[in-house]
Amino acid sequence: MGIDTPMKDRVFKSVGTRPTRPDGIDKVTGRARYGADFNMPGQLHGSILRSPHAHASIKSIDTTKAEKLKGVKAVVTSKDFKTKGITDPDLLDIIDNCMASKTAYYDGHAVAAVAAVDAKTARAALKLIKVVYKKLKHVTDVDEAMSPGAPLINKKCFTQGVEPAPTKASNIAVRSEFGHGNVSEGFQQADIVIKRTYKTGQSHQGYIEPHACVASISPDGSGEMWVCTQGHFVFRQQCAEILGLDAAKLRVTSSEIGGGFGGKTHLWLEPVALLLSRKANRPVKLVMSREDVFRASGPTSTTSIDVKMGVTKDGVITAAEAELRYASGPYAGAWASYGAMTSFACYDLKNVKTVGLDILVNRPKTTAYRAPSAPMAAFAVESMIDELADRIDMDAIDLRIKNAAKEGTRSSYGPVYGPIGIGATLDAAKKHPHMKAPLGPNQGRGMACGFWFNFGGQSCTDLNISPDGTATLTFGTIDVGGARASMSLVVAEELGIPYDKVKAVIADTGSLGHNEMTDGSRGTFASSMSAIRSCRLAIDDMRQRAATMWDIDLDDVTWENGHAHAGGSSGSNHAPLSIADIAARAHKTGGPIAGHAQIVADGAGVSFATHICDIEVDPDTGQTRVVRYTVIQDAGKAVHPTYVEGQFQGGAAQGIGWALNEEYIYGKDGRLENPGFLDYRIPVCSDLPMIDTQILEIPNPNHPYGIRGVGETSIVPPLAAIGNAVSNATHVRMTQVPMSAPRILSAIHANKDSD
Amino acid sequence: MWGGLRPAVGGADFVEIEAKTIRLLMTKLAESYPKLEPLIEDGVAVSINGTIYQDDWSKIIPTDAEIYLLPRIEGG
Repeated sequence: MGIDTPMKDRVFKSVGTRPTRPDGIDKVTGRARYGADFNMPGQLHGSILRSPHAHASIKSIDTTKAEKLKGVKAVVTSKDFKTKGITDPDLLDIIDNCMASKTAYYDGHAVAAVAAVDAKTARAALKLIKVVYKKLKHVTDVDEAMSPGAPLINKKCFTQGVEPAPTKASNIAVRSEFGHGNVSEGFQQADIVIKRTYKTGQSHQGYIEPHACVASISPDGSGEMWVCTQGHFVFRQQCAEILGLDAAKLRVTSSEIGGGFGGKTHLWLEPVALLLSRKANRPVKLVMSREDVFRASGPTSTTSIDVKMGVTKDGVITAAEAELRYASGPYAGAWASYGAMTSFACYDLKNVKTVGLDILVNRPKTTAYRAPSAPMAAFAVESMIDELADRIDMDAIDLRIKNAAKEGTRSSYGPVYGPIGIGATLDAAKKHPHMKAPLGPNQGRGMACGFWFNFGGQSCTDLNISPDGTATLTFGTIDVGGARASMSLVVAEELGIPYDKVKAVIADTGSLGHNEMTDGSRGTFASSMSAIRSCRLAIDDMRQRAATMWDIDLDDVTWENGHAHAGGSSGSNHAPLSIADIAARAHKTGGPIAGHAQIVADGAGVSFATHICDIEVDPDTGQTRVVRYTVIQDAGKAVHPTYVEGQFQGGAAQGIGWALNEEYIYGKDGRLENPGFLDYRIPVCSDLPMIDTQILEIPNPNHPYGIRGVGETSIVPPLAAIGNAVSNATHVRMTQVPMSAPRILSAIHANKDSD
Repeated sequence: MWGGLRPAVGGADFVEIEAKTIRLLMTKLAESYPKLEPLIEDGVAVSINGTIYQDDWSKIIPTDAEIYLLPRIEGG
C-alpha cells in the first residue's frame, strides 16, 4: 500500500470502536493540568486594567505611582508594544486589542498591565494607574452603527470590497457579495414572496476554562510560554512577530483545554504576559476572570439579516436574496462574508444573491464560534423556508427535499458541488421515528438544515516505535474533543497493533514543524492524514529491517496485520515478524524506527446536518422546555463514534443555549451588564433532554480512511430548528434570537392583539 | 470568482488563465491582474470541481475542471 493510498472498501478493526479516552482519568480526577495550573520558580502575578467606558479617547496614562509600589516588578502600556515594521493589518488589530493605544473601543478594553509579587499587590497597583479618558459617543447596535449620524468608530475605515473605493469613512468595514442568476426575474416567477428581517444576539462560546498563560522571557531573548489555546504553533508565530523574537526561540507548550469552540484561536492576553515577563525579567502568570472573558475575549457577532425568498405553489424556490449585517467589534473582519456564503448553501437555486456587511461597533473583537457566522444565517433562511412551506401548504421537510442541493448544483457561494450529503441527512430525517412521534399540548416540532465548509491545512507528525514494539505518535494539534483517542485508533489501525499499545502525545512547538490550530473541523481530518503517512513510512522502514534480519530482498517482504511476512522464492520458510520482534532488534538493524510526516491536508469536503426538535411553550409565561432533540450529520468515517456523537450533542447544546437564553446585554452607557454565568445563562444538564444522534458515514474520497470534520456543523441548525419549533407551538413566527421567555410571551400577546 | 475579487479584474466574474497547478494559476493571475496580488496575499481559496483547496498550491488542475476563487475560510 502506498503512502497516500485513498480509501476503497476498507474494513476497519480499530477505527470505529469506542475505547476509553487516554486522557480521561486525569481529567475526571483533577490530575490534568490546565492553563492556570502551571507554575514556575519566581513567577509573578499579572493583572490587567480595563476601560470602564464603551468608547473613549485615551488622553494620558500615568503609571508612576504603580511602578513605585513595593512588589511591583513591571508595568506595561501600549507604548511597550513596538509595532514599527509590522505591516499585517490583522496583527496590528490583535496588538491594539490586547492593549489599547489611542482609543478604548469597548467596555473592558485593556489599557495597562502590571506584574507584581502577588495578586493583592497587583490589584493595588492597578488602582494607582491614572488614565485620563475623553468619553466619546458609542454605538453597540449593528443597525444603528450603519445609520446616518452614528458615531464613527475608526476614522480610517473605508469600506473594503467596493469599487471605486469610498472617499468617506463609515462603520461598514467590508462588503462581500455572492450569487448567480437574476433574482429579480426569479421573484417574478414566484407565486409567494416573503421578506423579513431577523436579528440574533451576541453570544459567547462559554468555554469553562478562562484564558490563562505563564510566560517567561530570558535575558538572552529566548522564551517559553505555557498556555491554554487551540493552536500553540500559531500563537508562537504571532507572539514572536509581536515581540520581535525568532519563532524558534519561543517554545510554546499547550496545556489541557477546557473548551475553546473558536474562542481560543485568538490572542487575548498572551503578548501582554510575554512583555511583562521581558520587562520584569521574571516569569509571569496571567489569568482572565470570567468577567474579563465576557468583556474582552471574542464573542460571536450580533446580527441583523434581511431575507427575501420566492416559491411557486408546487414548491420550487425561484429566487433567494439576503443582506447580512454582522457586528465585528471595533476591528474589521470577514464574519459577514461567511454568513453570506453559507446562508443558502443547502439549496439548489437558479437565482440567488447575498451581500455581507461587516459592521464596526463598540463591542469586544469578534472571533469564531464553531462554524463561524453560519448559525445566524441559517436561523434567518431556515425560518423562512418553514414559513414558505406553510404558505403553500407543503410539509417543510418536503420543501427542503425538493429544493436540496445535490451533485452538479451550483452552490450559492460559487462552485458547482461534487458529491454532497444534504440529501442523505434529509432522507434520514424524514424516516426518523422522531418525525412521527406524537406531540403533547403546547408543543411544537421544528427542523432545520445546516452547512459548513471544513478545512485541513498544515500538519506534522512523528511516529516512533519503542524497543518493546509499542508506538508513540507525536502530533501538534490540540486535543479539544478526543484527538488523542482518535489518533491512537488511527495508528493502531494502520500498524495493526492494539489501541492500548499506542500513546498519542501533543508536542510543544520545539518538537515538530508548524501545525495549524484545532479549528475548522480540521483536527482529526488533517492530523490523521499525517499520522497515517507517518505510520506508512515506519512500516516501510520495518519492512526493510525485516529484510535485513532475514537477509532477503525488500521486495520479498510484505506487511499484513501488524507483521512482516517473507514472500517470494527467497524467504517463504520464515515465520512472520511482529513489530515487537523487529523493534527488539532495531539496534542491530539501523537504530530507532520512526516515521516523520509533514503535509498540507486539503479536500476536507463540505458538511451538512439536519436537526429535529420538539419544544413545549408555557403560553402564560413564555417559558420553554426542550422535549426532544435529534441531530443527523455526515461524519465521513467516524473514528471514535462516541466522540463524534459528543461533537454533535455539544454543538446542539450550545445552539440551544444561544437560541433560548444567551445574549450580551448592554446598558445605555454601552457597558456590558451580564458578564457572568449567573446573568448570562448557558444551558445546564437539567435544561436539556438526552440529545439523540444519527451518524451518517458517507466516505470522504479525499482522505485515506474517508474521514471528514464533524466539530462545527452541529451548531448551525439549532437556532432555526428551535425557532421553527417555538413558532409551531405558539403559531407566532419568531424572528429574534434569543427566544427568551419574555420575548416569546410578548410575541404571543402581540399576535393576540392583532387578531 | 467571488464578488470580492471582481473589482480587481474590472468587474468580471470570469477570467481565462492557462495553468497546470494552483501555484501557477495564482502567479499568472497576479501578473495579469496586479490588483489581485494583495487580495491573493490576504487569503484566497481555490475550488476545483467543488473541492476547496486553501493551502495545497501544488495541486494539479485537471483539464476542463471548474475553478472558482473563494475567500479563505476561518474556523472555530
